[in-house]
Amino acid sequence: MPLLEIDDLSVTFDTADGPVHAVNGLSLTLDRGDTLGIVGESGSGKSQTAFAVLGLLARNGRATGSVRFDGQEILNAPPRVLNRIRAERIAIIFQDPMTSLNPYMKIADQMTEVLELHQGLARRDALAEAVRMLDAVRIPGARDRVRLYPHEFSGGMRQRVMIAMALLCRPDLLIADEPTTALDVTVQAQIMQLLSDLQAEFGMATMLITHDLGVVAGFCEKVTVMYGGRIMERSAAGPLFARPTHPYTSGLLAAVPRVDRGTSAMRAIPGNPPNMARLPEGCPFRPRCPHAGEDCAVMPPLVPAADGRDRACHRPAEEIAA
Amino acid sequence: MVVNQQKMRALSDRLAEDADSPGRSLWADARRRFLANRAAMTGLAMLVLVTLFALFGGTLAQWSNEELDYTVMGMVAEEGGPRLDNGHYFGTDELGRDLYARTVQGTQVSLLVGVVGALVAVSVGTLYGAVAGYAGGRVDNAMMRAVDVLMSIPYMFVLILILVMYGRSMTALFVGLGLISWLEMSRIVRGQTLSLKNREFIEAARATGVPAATIIRRHILPNLAGVIAVYATLLVPLMILTESFISFLGLGVQEPLTSLGALISEGAGTIAYGTIWQLGFPLLFFVLTLFGFFFVGDGLRDALDPKDR
Amino acid sequence: MLSYTLKRLAIAIPTLLILIVVSFVLMHAAPGGPFTSERELPPEVLANLNAKYGLDQPLWRQIVTYVWGIVTQFDFGPSFVYKDRTVNEIIAQGFPVTLTYGILSFVVAVVVGVTLGVVAAIRQNTVADYFAVGVSIGAQVLPNFVMAPILVLVFTLWLGWLPGGGWQGGQWQYVIMPVIALSTSFMASIARITRSSMLETLTMNHIRTARAKGLPERRVILRHALKPAMLPVISYLGPAFVGMITGSVVVDVYFSTGGIGKAFVDSALNRDYAVMMGVTILMGALTILFNLVVDILYGWIDPKIRY
Repeated sequence: MPLLEIDDLSVTFDTADGPVHAVNGLSLTLDRGDTLGIVGESGSGKSQTAFAVLGLLARNGRATGSVRFDGQEILNAPPRVLNRIRAERIAIIFQDPMTSLNPYMKIADQMTEVLELHQGLARRDALAEAVRMLDAVRIPGARDRVRLYPHEFSGGMRQRVMIAMALLCRPDLLIADEPTTALDVTVQAQIMQLLSDLQAEFGMATMLITHDLGVVAGFCEKVTVMYGGRIMERSAAGPLFARPTHPYTSGLLAAVPRVDRGTSAMRAIPGNPPNMARLPEGCPFRPRCPHAGEDCAVMPPLVPAADGRDRACHRPAEEIAA
Repeated sequence: MVVNQQKMRALSDRLAEDADSPGRSLWADARRRFLANRAAMTGLAMLVLVTLFALFGGTLAQWSNEELDYTVMGMVAEEGGPRLDNGHYFGTDELGRDLYARTVQGTQVSLLVGVVGALVAVSVGTLYGAVAGYAGGRVDNAMMRAVDVLMSIPYMFVLILILVMYGRSMTALFVGLGLISWLEMSRIVRGQTLSLKNREFIEAARATGVPAATIIRRHILPNLAGVIAVYATLLVPLMILTESFISFLGLGVQEPLTSLGALISEGAGTIAYGTIWQLGFPLLFFVLTLFGFFFVGDGLRDALDPKDR
Repeated sequence: MLSYTLKRLAIAIPTLLILIVVSFVLMHAAPGGPFTSERELPPEVLANLNAKYGLDQPLWRQIVTYVWGIVTQFDFGPSFVYKDRTVNEIIAQGFPVTLTYGILSFVVAVVVGVTLGVVAAIRQNTVADYFAVGVSIGAQVLPNFVMAPILVLVFTLWLGWLPGGGWQGGQWQYVIMPVIALSTSFMASIARITRSSMLETLTMNHIRTARAKGLPERRVILRHALKPAMLPVISYLGPAFVGMITGSVVVDVYFSTGGIGKAFVDSALNRDYAVMMGVTILMGALTILFNLVVDILYGWIDPKIRY
């Protein structure tokens, strides 16, 4: 039984300008210990997928389809069901550590409440465990700094606190939603290294959500590429980077700056990320796709292709990869 | 009963963001949203009604506001109620004066006091805030510290003190009301000026030697227009409330002049005799006026700052 | 936290001095001077004044004497109108009454307002929300001087449940209407501010984090959302306090509670400057003190401000 099984998930937001479809019929599975990268530009629906899994959508959001965690249906589950799973079995770290920690509470209180609630620890034991976890994410002087407020930490340190807080209950699944986007480049590398080490140490499955292919390459075994709320291509990481078979994937790869090619070879994908309120009929990437044709007005299904990957494109893989 | 500072700051931030791309679209969008806002349109209708009443209501009056109707005097509770046959549409007051004519006059005075008071407050607040924000540094610090100090003074007492000492004229009331209400406004304006000051288009103007006064007038004030409009609209009802409060205590405008507050005061003093219309009619126009300005002001703000709902 | 408090205190004291000096100067600058009003002062009073302020002395010395009297002995001097009463006596008579219903009104406004606002926010777009929003919009146009006559009309004249005025040592029947009249509009404002601030807080990232931690909704609201949502409410408490102090004047006049506001209005009508100044300065001092408390409260909630 897979750890997480998402089937035909759709997320819609009711806005003043009409419904916005953030995620459209997404399906994926994740096994224990897996590391999956979900890649896409902003507005591709990758974060909303994660929020839908944990029931954290904004008030005007609705999710349909099915999400099974360890065999149990959790999509739109009542709070008492979800609250047994949140933090205890699925933990999440967010993009912006500045605002995601409660600025009005000491780190100690923010961490211990998780343990007191989920594991029934006494305050003193919970605090000791919190300090141990802060040590594990390599925060120097954790014993003293646990009594500080978030604004007394640097951005990178705050994200370490977030990670420590997420790991408190040793979850089966960690969702990392753009964990390094808000950080300086040098700090980004440290945080990814830390996540990678912790993943090896704790062995939890990890879903890494990012727009940064470089981050995925160093961390994930599997990669899912999303655009306009749909999966464009998914595969093991190696083959995907070596030989992208979807126009969007190859566009993303070409846009990554690489030392060995110089900036002249770096090409941005033409056009802007999609306006989710006004997606085109058919393949959402169509307006920006160099290979687009008449047939793209119908959304291609996600079908298996060579070397164990799935792709959603009318053009043959060879044409793109060439 | 104060302007919600948090929302005003949100609006001001948003307008400052939009300052780089000044264009018609902001105001055109705002107009569309405003027209679609049912509460705001209801408020506008109320204001139109009240204004028409204040301006032209007098032509329908069959009595002046000072004439005493001796036929009802002494039996106001029995004879002085609202009637069409004797021309007292709203009834009469204790002295037998026509309440309709007096309500027209009271509405005029209250609207006038509200609008002029708000204009004084907005002008002083804008000027002060813009100068402080533009000057920056130590001047700004001192000016804002002064505002902090002034904020913690219970103005109503000082205002009454001034009114009593210097005579209870309309002018004293306008100036007094305006001068006690500009402080919050100056903070908002200062904040926005600070954030505008370092924008490219203003730095460019400064680099080419445009004098400070011109920059404030040409580049800063126009970008404040939204905040000023909303603030002024929301200040009017507060001014009316303050004036009514003072008049209620018998310390505001003096007879034969009257205001809605003074009429409410008279009506409140006589309800024990069963002359409820003396409270009801002035109160109706008071409530309509306040609601009108509140709804229009809120609608204007929401139209200019749609994310805030 | 200590240095923050001291800094606030360092602003409060000069503010109070400025208020005293400004009122004194205003009084002296009044047309005709403070003591030579159109009405003849009783000779005893004039003699008292001369002794008290040294009216032959230069202005600055008179100010110093007046301020010194207030600061060291809490002495506001003699009344200008009543021969044998000092300002202190007049204040001491009415102040406890005002304080009693003032504090009650403040507590009612805050407790009911915050509760209504929070409930409206977490039950957004339900009947409870519409009720709270309706009440708070309606009450905006029901300031104390409108509420007072309406309350008397309904509860005294129509229903006959409550006495229309008086104090009787603060028996509950006499306290209810003053408290409702004084607190309603502030309760409404607090409810509105709380609601919109809570709604905004609930969309913040750290609330999503709290939910992701599996905390029950109740705990999310009470422990994570309430504090930040209260910040705008706390900023409003200062103005609300001033508004209530001011509104107490109406309550005292309309309900004949015998509070200090009545003394103020009477002195205003009699041009008894000494009493007016005494009341103004006392109310100013209370306001400044209260703002100090609010500032400290703010600093206590928001750790970023504290240092």
